[in-house]
Amino acid sequence: MRRRIVLITLLGIFIGVTVWITQMDTLRYMHPKTYGDLARQTWNHIKMVGIAELLAIGVGVPLGVLVTRPGLKRFATPVIGTANVGQTIPSLAVVAIMAPILGYRFESAIIALFIYSLLPVLRNSFTGINDIDPAIIESAKGMGMSRLQIATKIELPLALPVIMAGIRTSTVICVGTATLAVLIGGEGLGKIILAGLYTQIPLLILQGAAPTAALAVILDTLLGGFESWMTPRGLKKS
Amino acid sequence: MITLENVKKIYPDGTEAVKGISFEVIDGNLCVLLGPSGCGKTTTMKMINRLIPITKGGIYIDDKDTKEMDENELRRNIGYAIQEIGLFPHMTVRENIATVPTLKDWDKERKEKRAEELLTLMGMDPDEFMEKYPTELSGGQKQRVGVARSLGADPPIMLMDEPFGAIDPITRDRLQDEFINIQEEIQKTIVFVTHDINEAIKMGDKVALMKDGELIQYSTPAELLAAPKSRFVRDFVGSDRTLKSLRLMKVEDAMKKSPRAVRKDDDLSEVTSIMAEEDLTYLMVVEDGRRLKGWVNRQDIEDESGVVADVMSEDTGSAELGTSLAEGLTVMLERDVANLPVVDEHGILQGIVTFNDLQSLIGETYTERGGKHPEVTQ
Ligand SMILES: Nc1ncnc2c1ncn2[C@@H]1O[C@H](COP(=O)(O)OP(=O)(O)OP(=O)(O)O)[C@@H](O)[C@H]1O
Ligand SMILES: [Mg+2]
Repeated sequence: MRRRIVLITLLGIFIGVTVWITQMDTLRYMHPKTYGDLARQTWNHIKMVGIAELLAIGVGVPLGVLVTRPGLKRFATPVIGTANVGQTIPSLAVVAIMAPILGYRFESAIIALFIYSLLPVLRNSFTGINDIDPAIIESAKGMGMSRLQIATKIELPLALPVIMAGIRTSTVICVGTATLAVLIGGEGLGKIILAGLYTQIPLLILQGAAPTAALAVILDTLLGGFESWMTPRGLKKS
Repeated sequence: MITLENVKKIYPDGTEAVKGISFEVIDGNLCVLLGPSGCGKTTTMKMINRLIPITKGGIYIDDKDTKEMDENELRRNIGYAIQEIGLFPHMTVRENIATVPTLKDWDKERKEKRAEELLTLMGMDPDEFMEKYPTELSGGQKQRVGVARSLGADPPIMLMDEPFGAIDPITRDRLQDEFINIQEEIQKTIVFVTHDINEAIKMGDKVALMKDGELIQYSTPAELLAAPKSRFVRDFVGSDRTLKSLRLMKVEDAMKKSPRAVRKDDDLSEVTSIMAEEDLTYLMVVEDGRRLKGWVNRQDIEDESGVVADVMSEDTGSAELGTSLAEGLTVMLERDVANLPVVDEHGILQGIVTFNDLQSLIGETYTERGGKHPEVTQ
């Protein structure tokens, strides 16, 4: 409940700031973006995050699950380790490295974001399954469930909330990182921030930053709701 | 019937956990695998449902080689309960219990009925618990649901690995008692792992005592106590094994049947002559139908002219037929008497246990060759 109040307050502030700046008349040094600009860049932002995130889920979940399998477990450390390195490198550096390799275009931005979003999804998919109490798996096996039945009826349902939490974390981080992606050809709210930086007008920077923050809060809340909707009652902490 | 024939287990790392053991568990019996930590109990048990592959030898169920069976099919017909329980946290109690029935494609109604039946058997109210999740249960309740789940599809055989190991002693004691009653009703063939000698004696029809992967002694609990085969067994069983065997034996096994008794209105002169004749210092007093009323002590008879009622003491303390000798002994010590009348559930005098008898019985359990001792398990 308290968490919800904080979130709503934050959201109010971010949206309020955005509206306040957008309403301003053009001053001598500043040309605030219109609502149309904001909507277009917000949509671009969401598109970029969405594509990168879908890629991260498409690769991270299967890969994370795969390295929990008995025969493939020895690959767990190198795979998670590699993804860890990807995350350890500062996001600006990832973006900077991608530009010369892939060129200055929308796809490069997506790939940089994907690399950056992969780890939380991958790691949570792995630990979600790997951390299941071995006694649960043993009793399932002992009662005569097949490998496939254990995977689909026990392991996946138990790991799903953890995987979802990974996707949520990853998405929120991705919303922030995506503002940097404009440096190598991405689109989105980062463009507005960048314009503000070039012209050294703080209000313009804020006009891009506040809706970005609002977007992060909204996505976090939505995914959080989805996560708890997907969590079976028996796994909820009351 | 479960038959182990020269079963060996060598783990991939070279550990020889089970070194060729053979024994049989007959139908409806509970066989306890007992032994110190690391002796190979769990390994032995898990080879029965092939959770651990056998290195050498064979395990047969009703003379059929388990190696030849489909492993999932085999496991669905063997109940499995472990100390860690491993209830599925995302499923309700009802769904947990219906695990194997679901695997066996039972219809919904039948599963429902079975879950209700099993919860009731475990002493849990189905209405209250069916739709609860494991996190909403106490430790003891989880353990009960775990056992209920292992009984799900009514398997003829059950494997239980320290199923009561992780709960407090009082609850454990109660669960053991409950399970003994349940087993009396369901008559499963059970392999039960424990490292607790008291649990083994209490639960087992047979005890297989293991050490370092070898079967040291396979016998009834009474035999194990009375005739330990080696120093290891004797040490493992503990120095208080006499007391343990008293707990195992019932007063009816040790009593003298149909003792002489007198009635309230009998003349004391008659009583003293019976006492002299039988060389007794006391006589039980009964009324119609040999209902126990009290007793007379020779010391209390000062004047032989009265009747029994004048000198008898009522409320002697007594034990029922099914009472353990340990409890009987406790009553004797508490009341400071050397003779304990044994009655049936209607209070009818059935026999007498004397302190002397107990002493010689204890002496007998100490004869290392086993000698004579009451057969108590069958
Ligand atoms: N997977 C394994 N790989 C190698 N050695 C093992 C494995 N599992 C068990 N062992 C070894 O086999 C021996 C027997 O183990 P087991 O689990 O059967 O003992 P236990 O009698 O059940 O002991 P406890 O009372 O502690 O449960 C031990 O020495 C143990 O270290
Ligand atoms: Mg064990």
